[in-house]
Amino acid sequence: MYLWMAKGRVKVFEGRCKSCGLCVAACPMKVLRISERINDKGYRPAEQFKEGCIACKMCAVTCPDVAIEVFRIDEV
Amino acid sequence: MKEVRIFERPRSMADVTTHYCPGCTHGIAHRLVAEVIDELGIQETTVGVAPVGCAVFIYNYIDTDMYEAAHGRGPAVATACKRIRPDLTVFTYQGDGDLASIGLAEVAHAANRGENITVIFINNAIYGMTGGQMAPTTLLGQKATTCPLGREAKVNGYPMRVAEMLATLAAPGYIARVSVAKPKFILEAKKAVRKAFETQIAGKGFSLVEILSTCPTNWGMLPVEATDWLVEKMIPFYPLGEFKVPE
Ligand SMILES: Cc1ncc(C[n+]2csc(CCOP(=O)(O)OP(=O)(O)O)c2C)c(N)n1
Ligand code: SF4
Ligand code: SF4
Ligand code: SF4
Ligand SMILES: [Mg+2]
Repeated sequence: MYLWMAKGRVKVFEGRCKSCGLCVAACPMKVLRISERINDKGYRPAEQFKEGCIACKMCAVTCPDVAIEVFRIDEV
Repeated sequence: MKEVRIFERPRSMADVTTHYCPGCTHGIAHRLVAEVIDELGIQETTVGVAPVGCAVFIYNYIDTDMYEAAHGRGPAVATACKRIRPDLTVFTYQGDGDLASIGLAEVAHAANRGENITVIFINNAIYGMTGGQMAPTTLLGQKATTCPLGREAKVNGYPMRVAEMLATLAAPGYIARVSVAKPKFILEAKKAVRKAFETQIAGKGFSLVEILSTCPTNWGMLPVEATDWLVEKMIPFYPLGEFKVPE
């Protein structure tokens, strides 16, 4: 499917997350989920629970609360 | 191994938590406006006009100078600001209750005069802030507190296609409809918001971007369901695209 895939990871600012799940639905690699933790607003924040992020930014693009930062990991 | 940050909060988006419901796509529309302001380097020279509606607190979220207009009167306030200070970039951000009911005259006349302002119009097919009443944009059959059995053309009239309506006028420079329901639509929406601001900066007159947006709370849906409903029900009635582009 992909000839070349970037490697990445995301950072979720848990205090900002409202557990809407839009990022989980948007991730083509299915590496995000809603965690069991509860943040100070009473929401269960999203988390990256496994490797495989391709740094496509789809999760961050769709997060209404700008709670996600995306990093590309370069092998140099 | 080196890590490069490739997505972060735009500078023009204040580092605060919004009051919006979980999954409400107002937040995405805000971020697109902030990203475009950053990209065009106009944070210090932009003035926004906040609406009455759920986005009333946008002045706490977009980090530029801001006015708060009376309900629906954003385009009139923006007209005054832009005419006095044509060097500034002036935008309004308005919901469909604000723009298409109580404020329909203001936006239509500002468009018809070709005021050199940008209007960001959030069509979520409902009055969000006041608890889910029918808007001019509510779809036929869609339930709202003021049409509990669903909107009926005979009683309530037809949903209003604002972008197409305003595109019949001679003066406007740029009019488009986009959506923020899914990532691929969001990327297109960003391009339209940028074009609208560029139209103003080039002095090419009135620009408006209608953004189809969700209101999970008053639609009675989970956030992801709401984005699916928007794609399945709203886009067929409210086609995406550009209706007017600058010559
Ligand atoms: C003069 C006046 N009339 C009515 C209201 C009540 N009111 C507040 S917000 C609103 C409509 C909000 O809907 P919309 O503009 O679609 O914004 P949304 O919350 O959906 O983003 C109304 C009618 C008001 N505040 N002022
Ligand atoms: S950047 Fe892409 S692959 Fe990585 S978590 Fe986000 S959506 Fe998934
Ligand atoms: S889209 Fe944003 S707010 Fe929603 S669950 Fe994901 S990180 Fe949280
Ligand atoms: S009521 Fe609707 S439009 Fe208002 S914040 Fe909640 S989801 Fe968004
Ligand atoms: Mg509305």
